[in-house]
Formats: sequence, structure tokens, C-alpha cells
Amino acid sequence: MKNAKIFPSAILVILLLLILGALIFWISAKSDVFPGNTIKIGEIQTYSKLTSFTFPYRNGWQLALEEINSAGGVLGKKLKVISRDDAGEPGTAVTIAEELILKDKVVLLMGSFLSNVGLALSDFAKRNKVLYFATEPLSDALVWRKGNRYTFRLRPSNSMQNAMLAEEAAKNEAKRWATIAPNYAYGKDAVASFKKLLKAKRPDIEFVAEQWPALFNINAGAEIQALTGANPEAIYNALFASDLAKFVREGKLRNAFKNVFVVSLLTGEPEYLDPLREEAPQGWLVTGYPWYDISSPQHKKFLQAYQKRFNDYPRNGSLVGYNAMYAVYHMLKKAGSADTEKMIQAMEGLTFDSIVGPITFRKIDHQSSMGAFVGYTALKEGKGIMVRWNYADGKDYLPDDAQVMKLRPQ
Amino acid sequence: MPKLEKGILLGFYFVQFLTGLSDASALFLVACGLSLIFGVLRIVNLAHGSFYMVGAYLAYYLIANFPQGAFFFWAGILLAALTVGTIGIVIETLLLRRLYYAPELFILFATFGIVLIFQDLSRWFFGAEDILGQQAPGLAGSIDIMGVLLPQYDVVLIVIAPLILVGLWFFLYRTRWGILVRAATEDREMSDALGVNQSRLFTGVFFLGSCLAGLGGAIQLPKGGANLLMDLNIIAAAFVVVVVGGMGSIPGAYLAAVIIGELSAFGVLIFPQSTLVLMFLLMAVVLVMRPHGLLGNAEPEVQGAAKMSTATLKPASKKLKLLGLALLILLFMMPVFVGSFGLVLMTEIALFALASMSLYFIMGPGGMVSFGHAAFFGGGAYAAALTVHYMQTPMELAILLAPLLVGLVALIIGWFCVRLSGVYLAMLTLACAQICWSIVFQWGKFTGGDDGILGIWPSAWASDKTVFYYLTLILCIGGIMALRHFIFAPFGYTLRACRDSSLRVDSIGINRHRHQWFAFTLAGTFAGFAGGIYVFSKGNVFPDVMAIPRSFDFLFMILLGGIETLFGPIAGSAAFTWLHDQIARIDYWQLILGCIFILLVIAFPDGIAGSIHTRLGRYFED
Repeated sequence: MKNAKIFPSAILVILLLLILGALIFWISAKSDVFPGNTIKIGEIQTYSKLTSFTFPYRNGWQLALEEINSAGGVLGKKLKVISRDDAGEPGTAVTIAEELILKDKVVLLMGSFLSNVGLALSDFAKRNKVLYFATEPLSDALVWRKGNRYTFRLRPSNSMQNAMLAEEAAKNEAKRWATIAPNYAYGKDAVASFKKLLKAKRPDIEFVAEQWPALFNINAGAEIQALTGANPEAIYNALFASDLAKFVREGKLRNAFKNVFVVSLLTGEPEYLDPLREEAPQGWLVTGYPWYDISSPQHKKFLQAYQKRFNDYPRNGSLVGYNAMYAVYHMLKKAGSADTEKMIQAMEGLTFDSIVGPITFRKIDHQSSMGAFVGYTALKEGKGIMVRWNYADGKDYLPDDAQVMKLRPQ
Repeated sequence: MPKLEKGILLGFYFVQFLTGLSDASALFLVACGLSLIFGVLRIVNLAHGSFYMVGAYLAYYLIANFPQGAFFFWAGILLAALTVGTIGIVIETLLLRRLYYAPELFILFATFGIVLIFQDLSRWFFGAEDILGQQAPGLAGSIDIMGVLLPQYDVVLIVIAPLILVGLWFFLYRTRWGILVRAATEDREMSDALGVNQSRLFTGVFFLGSCLAGLGGAIQLPKGGANLLMDLNIIAAAFVVVVVGGMGSIPGAYLAAVIIGELSAFGVLIFPQSTLVLMFLLMAVVLVMRPHGLLGNAEPEVQGAAKMSTATLKPASKKLKLLGLALLILLFMMPVFVGSFGLVLMTEIALFALASMSLYFIMGPGGMVSFGHAAFFGGGAYAAALTVHYMQTPMELAILLAPLLVGLVALIIGWFCVRLSGVYLAMLTLACAQICWSIVFQWGKFTGGDDGILGIWPSAWASDKTVFYYLTLILCIGGIMALRHFIFAPFGYTLRACRDSSLRVDSIGINRHRHQWFAFTLAGTFAGFAGGIYVFSKGNVFPDVMAIPRSFDFLFMILLGGIETLFGPIAGSAAFTWLHDQIARIDYWQLILGCIFILLVIAFPDGIAGSIHTRLGRYFED
């Protein structure tokens, strides 16, 4: 008896498997009988990690969704969003995408934060001929080198944001530059494109040091020492979240930023600037979202509605989520149907008035012309803010047609 | 390399050295508790990182609500550490205590459940936003060392770690309780037999270890802060420190922390890209040179492998074989019952079943636990993807090539690994896997880095989901049957003999290492086979298929299914994958999944298949 622990267990396991199979069957059958008066949208985002960005993002699209539906929806139907967590893993995201398409019968996919998840979904979309609307991923490859006709992207890409910064940074006298960025594709792309763009404008500049901390595992003291050891006059920084906080604190204590001009890619975003509170850096050139300072009536209306609904102020994620949902709304309205081909045709060249100005999705590469706010950081009442900012419209920083033709597989 | 005037250069290097030392201190504070817990309780406690995170959050909120001042700052830190210790007591008495008689690795699974629960609970209690910690009052400035600045708090850390080290030493060597702890570390059974109250001792040690984790989290506040990712970010580093130093050795942990701290402080000066791999490279080198870490002792012979499996594997009875056949027929009829997404899920389950079966092959009969099996699974995926991407190899050939290429890698890694045993072996496989991962991650020009390789889809004839399901099913069942064949072939019996008594095996002239080496390679090959098919089911591959979490997923599948039956890994991967899919729709899914895992661990300490067998097995004897 004691020695017989082998296959016998199989019987109950088979029973379990049978129950399991029946459950799968039941659930898949159940999801097919949804009433036909909604248009279902599959939304995939990293809600179990990177919450400082993704939670405000969810608030953003939820607010837009409520507004759209209470105004009667679109095409006579209500929008229904099925939101899923990809845990930041491309493989998981693809499985979820299949589930959303096959089981939940969504008409399009949207979302994702990390660039590799975005790329995986974009490839999935191409293969399965469904529309994928990438909202947050910044990777250039998404719409250019690895672009395809089923993928659209909302946020200004990595190189677009860097072009905005390089334009302003070139005006600074600093000649000796150091760079620090997280050691993964986003960081590497950011440094490469910033270097290229700045060099094009200022051939006299040299890059004297670089640091590549592991994402969310920066060894701040040692790496800042290493940067200052090269005596740079300016630092380009692409860190964000907890890495940024450690970088700022340790850098101040070690006097790394004194008389050094710092260009910092995402630091103006409230998600990353606000946790620094009274230690927020001053005079850094950043991209971000000065929600407190935008005076256009559309944005004011959004701000009020957001604060009323969530009792909190919007972050950059909220802006992206809100714009994304409205982009979908306008696209569906223009398409007149939830058929993938019709939606693609409608999205190509779609222009709508967003709360930060008109946004157009280019036909040639499916990149939107949504811009970014570029400005300098400052301290006000113990909080970091952006000053001297302007809204850099994305359309001025998009690659021209010839470049796109060269980059994008035809 | 720094470009500074001569005068300041010396100061620069000295401050860099001190910075490394202060990083080492922060690392040591987390790792020493882990080492202590492992030494006595023999638990690989994944939840240690969660305690660290909770410590940081608690200290932050305590200090924020206390009056200003140095006294309240340090009181907040101490109180946070004690609170975390109390949480540790609760977990030990309510959960872990029930599991000491289950296979040791099973507790690993329970602690993983705790990690999941703490992730969501922390998000709920402490909010989604990152927090920057408070500065220590009176220590918020910097000191000038030969013209270079060093934060004052770094000096505090540099001093505190050796103080804790000495304190722990005094406690372990100069108090009665410490003697009992050391006795239990040396020989748990003997101290039990001599009448030492084991459960009180274990609770005490777990309290102390958790306190130290909480202290580590609290004390790093001025250097960083608190966020929801810090638990998983620290745990790998903490394990590396513990293993490099020698499991259970506190001075070893300090030594290892200092080496790692200094290595990375100076490493970034010479080779900035090394941040991902340096630590694991060091661990691999140390383990190859010194199989028990720098200051560790050999594990007692009875520990580890032999304890994991008590029953002998026997081929299935006739009745069971019939049952298996019925199951097989059911699997082949699946496309009639389930929708196309059901098939996608079933395909994934089949692939994971083969991969976890290959891990089971070395873990169960082989007695070698691997924490890095995803390297082979992911390696297979990459091998197939790369041949398709660069040589336009057809799918059929790529699926065949993948296991061969991975087999070669496994041959090399295995040669080093089989020389070790127990947790050290597991950690060496982890290090090797992490090195493979960082090669794939960093070598962007060839592997696409973390942008991955896209567009790896099956050949036209297999692109239909049902056809691909059948293809996967046939290949996976073939693979599993092949592994089963090896287990019941003379080779498999020899392998089990190697696991159960190395002494006897040696004395009858069997080359133990060669058998284990071969088994390791075989397991890697089959995992690579599964990976090669996996990439075609997904259409793309990214470095995360080789990363640590995936390795642990395979381990959990086996533990969930049960280590004592051949059917365990299959049942486990089905349950694991299906649960994940069902739960992931809910908002706080990690919390629920963690609770389910813990309930399963308590209800089925032999795993799903194992428990069913114990209850119903007798009806199926011939």
C-alpha cells in the first residue's frame, strides 16, 4: 500500500478535469449570449504593477466612458469596456488578448504600458486582423520599424519627446554631457535618440559618461558618483518612479546637480514628480503634465469633472486614458460600424478635438499627433511643478513621409 | 573612468568604497534575517521581501504621524520592525507551523501565496503611489571626505550593519536561546529529541528574522522610500547574499554583502551595463569554487533530496492505464466541447505540463531542485525564434532544432550544477538562468533585447487553432511518455538510487555525477522542446520567458500537483494555468490567488494528485 503512490490519483484528477472542462465550456458558452446593444472593447493594462501610472489611467478612461455613455453612447449602442491586467508580461497579454477576442468578442483591443507588451499585442493584432490601439507604450518600433496596419498609437513616441527636449536643450551652453537611463529598451532608445538629435543640432557636444541602472533597482550612490567622476556640465536622465526618487535625493546629497544642467525625460509627470514633494528638483528641463496650470476651457471642464468623480487630481496617465477613450469614440462614430476594416479606415486620418488640442492619427504610420508639455521644474509651496512650459504639438516632431517610408515595412 | 585632478582622485575612490559599504549594509540587514530563518527552519522564505516592503511602509507612516525629532524617527523605525516581527509570528503560527511535516519545498509555495497576498494588501492599505522616505533628523546632510561628498546617513548604515552582526553573534553564542538556535541549525531532529521546544524556538526565530527584514525596509527609508515593487526587487538580491555567504551563516552574509556592494560600486565605473548580471555572475563563480558558499557548512546528508519523496514510483496498474487512455481520448475530443479560447488555454496547459514534467524528472527521481528551469524553456523558445528569424527555418525543423540547441546549453550548465546539492544546486541553476536571461536581454542586436522577436507563427497547415492544439497535444504527450519511459528504464532506477543513497551508489561503482549530468541535460532538452512549440503558439518571444518568475511558476505547478506521483505535474500545470486565467479577471486577483494557494497547501499537503491518490489510490490496484 505504502509503496503504491503512483497513478492511482488519476481518477479524482480526471474528475476534476471533467468539472474543469465543463466549467470552461459553461463560461465560454455564457459569454456568447451578451445582449447586442453594447459595443465591447478589450482593455489590457498593467494594473497589478506600475500602479502609480495605471490607476490614474484607468480613472481617465472610466471618466470618458461614463461621459460617452451618459450622452447616449455611440452608433446607438453603449460602450462596454472589459478591462484586464497583463501583469507586465507579453506572454500573458497575448493570452488575454485571445481570450478577449475569442470569448468576450470585443471589437478592438487597447492599452498596455510596457513597450514589449505593446509590441506583442501589435503583432497579435496583425496576425489576427484586429485593431490594436496602443495608448501608453513609447517605443519607436511600435509604429515605425515594426509597425503594421492594425496598430495605432496615441502617446508621442520616445524619439518625439526627445526631439522636443533636444530642441530646448541645444540652446544650453553645456558641452560635456553624461547620460543615465534604466537598462532596458525604453532607456536605451531614449539615450540613443537624444544623443543623435542633440548631436545633429550641436556637433560640438561630447558625451563623457553613461550609466545603466537595472530598472527599479538603481544603485543610486555609486552610479551618481560614477557620473560626477566624469565632470559633466549636463546630465540626460530617463529614470522614472522609485529610481528617479533615489537619483534625486542621492544626487542632491552628493552635490551632483550643482551648476549642472539636467534634462529629464518624464520627470514633469505628476506620477513621478509629486512623490518628491519639497525635494523636487528645480530648473530641470522635463516633459510632463502641468494640469494645475492649463487654462483652456475644455481642460478646465475635464479637471472639474475628474476631481468631482475621483476626489483626486489627474495625473499624466489620466490624460492619456481620457484621450484614448475619446479617440475610440470618435473613430467608431466616423466608422459607423464596429467592423475592423471600417474602423481602420476611419482611424486613418481621424482628427478630433481633445482636451489638449486637436489630435490626428496619420494615415502613413498610424501615429497620433498628441503632443507633450515641455518645461522646467520649480518648487511651489513645497511641491514640484512645471513652469515656463509650452505644449509641444506632436505634429511638429513626427518624422516626414520619406523617413516613414524608409522605416516602416511596406 | 573618472577624469579628475590627482588630488581629488583618492577621495573619489575612497568615497566610492564607502558607498559600496553602505549599500552592503542595507543588503546585509535584509539578508541576515533570511539566512537565520533558513538555517533553523529550513524554509526558503519568499515572503521575506514582503516583510521588507511592509517594514518600509509602516515606518514611513509611523514617522509621518509622530512628532518631529530624532528620537521619534528611530522609535518609528524600531516600532515598524517589531510590528513586522509580530506579523511574522502570526504567519508562522497560523500557517507555516502546519506545513513543517510536508515536503520542504511545499513551504516555498505557501510563502509565495503570502507574497501575492501582501502585494494586494499593501496596495489596499498604503495606496498605489510611490513614496519617498523621510530624511533622518540631524543626518540629512553630507560630509566632505578629501573633497568628495558622502551622505551622513551612509555613515550611519556603515556603522549599524556591523553592530547588528555583533549583536546577533552575541545572541547566538552567548545566550541560552542562541545555543538552542544553533543546535537546531546543526541538527533539528536531535535537538527535538533532547526535548527542546521546537515550535517555540521556530516561532522565536521567525519573529527575529521578520523583525530584521522589517528593520531592513525601515532603515533604508532615507536612502529610498516605499513602493509596491520593492518586495520582489530585493528578494533575489537577498537570496544571492545568503547563498554566497553560505546558508545560515550570518558572518558569511555580511562578507557576501560587502563583496557584492563593492563589486557593484566599482563595477559601474568600469562597465556600466553590468548592473543586471554582476551579482549572479559572482554567485555562479562562488558556488563553482565553493559549493557551500563562502562560510557555509555542508548540509547534513539526510537533508534535501531524500526527504522530498518518500514513496517509490511504480508503473501504473492496468486499471489506471485504462483510465489514462480514457483521459487521452477526452483530451482528443476537447475541440468538440470547448470554444477556440478553451483550446488556446489547453494548448498552454499541455506545453506547461511537458515543461514541468521535465523539471519533475530531475526534481523527483533526480532529487535535484532547479530554480532556473525557465532558462531551458525560454531557451527553446529563443532557439526556435532565432532560427526562424535569421534562417527562415520552417516551423517543423525549428521545433526539432530547439531542443537540440538547448540540450547543448543544458550540457554545459549541468556539468557545473550536478557537483552541488540541495539549495546550493537550486541557486546555481538560478544564477545560470539569470546569466542566460541577461545575455538575451542585453544582446539586443542579435536577440532583439526586451523588444523581443515578433512574427514567429506556425506553418500554414498548423495555423488553425484546432490543428495546432492537436499538434501540441501529440508532441507533448510524446514528450511526457518519453520522460516516463526514462523514469522506468534502468537509467531512471539508477537515478533514484543516486538520489537516495549516494554512498551506496558510489560503492557499487556507478558514476553518480554522470547519471545526474545526463538527467539534467535530458530535462533541459525536453523543456527546450516545450519552449520551441510555445513560441509558435504565442507568435513572439520576450526575455521574460526566461526570467525568475517563470522558473518558479514551473516549480509551483509541480508542488501544486504533488511531487509524489507522475501525474502531479500534469494536474498541477492544468490547475495553475486555469486558476490564473479565471482569477485574473478580478480586481484584487493576487489576493484571491494567494489565498487559494495557501488553502490548497493546507488542504492538500501532498499536492492535488498526491492527496487524491492517498484517498482513492487503493481502488486502483491490480
